[in-house]
Amino acid sequence: MPISNPAIRFLASERGTQVFLALLLTVGVAVPILHLAFPEGSALHLSTYTMTLIGKYMTYALLAIAVDLVWGYCGILSLGHAAFFALGGYAMGMYLMRQIGTRGVYGDPVLPDFMVFLNWKELPWFWYGFDMFWFAALMVIIVPGLLALAFGWLAFRSRVTGVYLSIITQALTYALMLAFFRNDMGFGGNNGLTDFKDILGANINAPGTRVALFLASALALGLGYLACRYITLSRAGRVVQAIRDAESRTRFIGYRVESYKLWVFAFSAVLAGIAGALYVPQVGIINPSEFQPINSIEIVIWVAVGGRGTLYGAVAGAVLVNYAKTYFTAAIPELWLYALGALFVIVTLFLPKGVVGLADRFAPRRPPVQAVTA
Amino acid sequence: MVRRATVRRMDRREPKANAGPQRTWWLVLLAILGMLAHPALAAESTSFEQALGNLATTSFKQKERAIGELLDVRHANTRVVLNALLEGNLYYRKSDRRVFIAAAQDANLRLQDPLTMSAAGTADASEYTKITTNNQLRKALKSALAGFDLADPDPDVRLAAVNELLRSLDADSVSILRARQSAETNDAVRTAIHTGLAIADLDSEDAAVRLAAVEQLEGSLNPEAFNRLTAIVARSDDGSYAEPDERVRTAARTALAKIDNWRSFYSTLETLFFGLSLGSVLVLAAIGLAITFGVMGVINMAHGELMMLGAYTTYVIQLLMPQYIGASVLVAIPVAFVVAGGVGVLIERGIVRFLYGRPLETLLATFGVSLVLQQIVRDLFTANNRPVETPAWMAGSLQINEALSITYNRLYVVLFMLIVFVILQLVLKKTSLGLKVRAVAQNRAMAKSMGVRTEWVDALTFGLGSGIAGVAGVALSQLTNVGPNLGQTYIIDSFMVVVFGGVGNLWGTLIGGMSLGVVNQALEPYAGAVLAKILVLIALILFIQRRPRGLFPQKGRAAEG
Repeated sequence: MPISNPAIRFLASERGTQVFLALLLTVGVAVPILHLAFPEGSALHLSTYTMTLIGKYMTYALLAIAVDLVWGYCGILSLGHAAFFALGGYAMGMYLMRQIGTRGVYGDPVLPDFMVFLNWKELPWFWYGFDMFWFAALMVIIVPGLLALAFGWLAFRSRVTGVYLSIITQALTYALMLAFFRNDMGFGGNNGLTDFKDILGANINAPGTRVALFLASALALGLGYLACRYITLSRAGRVVQAIRDAESRTRFIGYRVESYKLWVFAFSAVLAGIAGALYVPQVGIINPSEFQPINSIEIVIWVAVGGRGTLYGAVAGAVLVNYAKTYFTAAIPELWLYALGALFVIVTLFLPKGVVGLADRFAPRRPPVQAVTA
Repeated sequence: MVRRATVRRMDRREPKANAGPQRTWWLVLLAILGMLAHPALAAESTSFEQALGNLATTSFKQKERAIGELLDVRHANTRVVLNALLEGNLYYRKSDRRVFIAAAQDANLRLQDPLTMSAAGTADASEYTKITTNNQLRKALKSALAGFDLADPDPDVRLAAVNELLRSLDADSVSILRARQSAETNDAVRTAIHTGLAIADLDSEDAAVRLAAVEQLEGSLNPEAFNRLTAIVARSDDGSYAEPDERVRTAARTALAKIDNWRSFYSTLETLFFGLSLGSVLVLAAIGLAITFGVMGVINMAHGELMMLGAYTTYVIQLLMPQYIGASVLVAIPVAFVVAGGVGVLIERGIVRFLYGRPLETLLATFGVSLVLQQIVRDLFTANNRPVETPAWMAGSLQINEALSITYNRLYVVLFMLIVFVILQLVLKKTSLGLKVRAVAQNRAMAKSMGVRTEWVDALTFGLGSGIAGVAGVALSQLTNVGPNLGQTYIIDSFMVVVFGGVGNLWGTLIGGMSLGVVNQALEPYAGAVLAKILVLIALILFIQRRPRGLFPQKGRAAEG
């Protein structure tokens, strides 16, 4: 008898998901212990740097899941997800800026330093409320979500698909980048927001806060993964995959293709925003270069490397590529772009299902992963 | 003709003794050019030398006579010498009374021979005497210099001289202008002289004369005229007018309104032209993409980097032929076409041909190629911008009137874009390759079964589109910084142009690019450059929602591809 409740089925059905959840749990427990329980200098001690790095990878993984949901499952190649990520990051950054208070260089109790520097007299209206965490947290979800809803509503309704959609999402993030680079916009211009002090009253650089941020990232990744898994296995998720494989046919059967695409797109944008919000306090800065079109394309390549159409593949891709990036840019920086460029070419030519697909090829007894075509 | 004007203008620059070797070299060349213009070269040189020698005196009377002689011979260097005298840079050697142009440098003098305009080394200042001037002499010199240019055979030089005089009108310059008025034959120069005299007449005691002057200034685009008219209608702090006569004030207001109209008309024209030149750049950047994207359905993200290769090709060509900068750009055009086209064919054969029918994958793979190309350029030429020189024939501007001038590089970009566009249309519509390209674009299977070697056509089409990108890069090298990021700045704009115009339609690309350029330029004064660009991008995004297939959508079966 088939299990009808997807909430139960999603855990049991897929080896990759089980492996991922087990690994996430292990890392989520082990890293804080290794960091806190062992003193510095001990062989088992994990430095703050490494822990923050892993935390950063986790936010990237969440971002990759978000992109995989729209690209791998819905066939929408978004080249603008870095924009949602950055918007979430900016919402969090604005909260952190307001927390600095009088400890800024100019010591103004309300205005962030860059506004004092620009000779602004009062806080612009869109900065109101960001002194409260709940408001900022709400904005992390609402701003990317609303933008995605508005953009998607316009785009999907008029059936902008495929390459055209990719190009206008890229134009969107490019326009946002240009806008955020402007000092007049009130988001710190090209310096962005940085020099954070406190989050929720705790010193942002204290080990305890770092661990908490790490755990929050792990939790967000886990919950985001489960949410996406739930969606893809639900009835709506099936329709979404049908849209990916044969959009016109799905429409003719009677489904409202636009609405499905729209809600998946918006949910994905919210996930990206949350990833951005967790990313900013860990790296300590957010600036307009996060909107760069190349960033969005890099996210897509994480997913492609890992294997699109499988959520754990997206996670694997994000971690692998970013680990390679960390390694290359430190050891042999001049080779990084060659490596990344070659990765793009090799993955698209030879690994259409990514490393996960490669692993599947060598383990033929398992049931095949669903076929994926653009 | 125009080129000569720029040459002359350089000549008017101060040949201060600190002129570097480059400047000196120029001056020698100019002197030679100047001499060529005068047939009686030898005889003239001697008398010029004599007249110059006569300056080496302490008597102001004799100096004035010598100035008269210098003016009479009209030697190419007369102007420079007189100017040096006016500025106190003319010296003579005590020992042999030879005259030099010199600039003080600590206790020494840096010398320049007025006969040849070549540097004559440095010497101890105590061995030289400065040729001094008094008020009367300076006045005579100023008039002489102005009159000298006003009598120049070249109307461009005369016009420049009149405009120079207009900038500081006084009784002397007015009398010079009046003297020249009847003799002048060139319309533009005569108009300028009349404007100058009218401006001078605004100071007249006689209200009727002022009124006539105001009426004459109607429609004049001279900025000085505008300022003076504004002063007439302006009210001073106590409420009184500087101009007592009401009729003159009313006339001035009418004149100002007319001038304003003309000015805004010309500034609109200028914006339109700027927009068209910006649009031309966009079209150049996008038209190669229109082929690979529109005709082949391939997203080539490395397109921008192919443009970058074209720009670097220009740089390398200039390194190879440093003495022929003027020709280097022309040489670079075919070379860049071959370089970028060759790389394009390699990309097609190596990567793209495995991905036909999967546009999103070509997007990712070619993006990888673009990263590699950028890094190669960084490794070969460093990450810094490379200086690409602008040939002399592209520098300067075409002055249409006092309110409107068009820089040559912008003008050439428009022309160049049109040439490229026409050639491309001819290739696609009139050659057998073009026929095959269109056939494959419309129905690959059918073309193949009719005997078209589609693979070969694919490679050549991609090469053609890439080659055009290289050619666009040559044009960009003259307009913007040549660095590894050159391509990235244009790729999104190019895609927007193609999508806006309608895929698979070169006319759409042309009209799309041009209108984007004009709109962008028209918004700029109100919104600033960056905001204008953002607004255009947002407008484009909204436009594509309304018409997903662009301005000129493809019709029929091909559209469903």
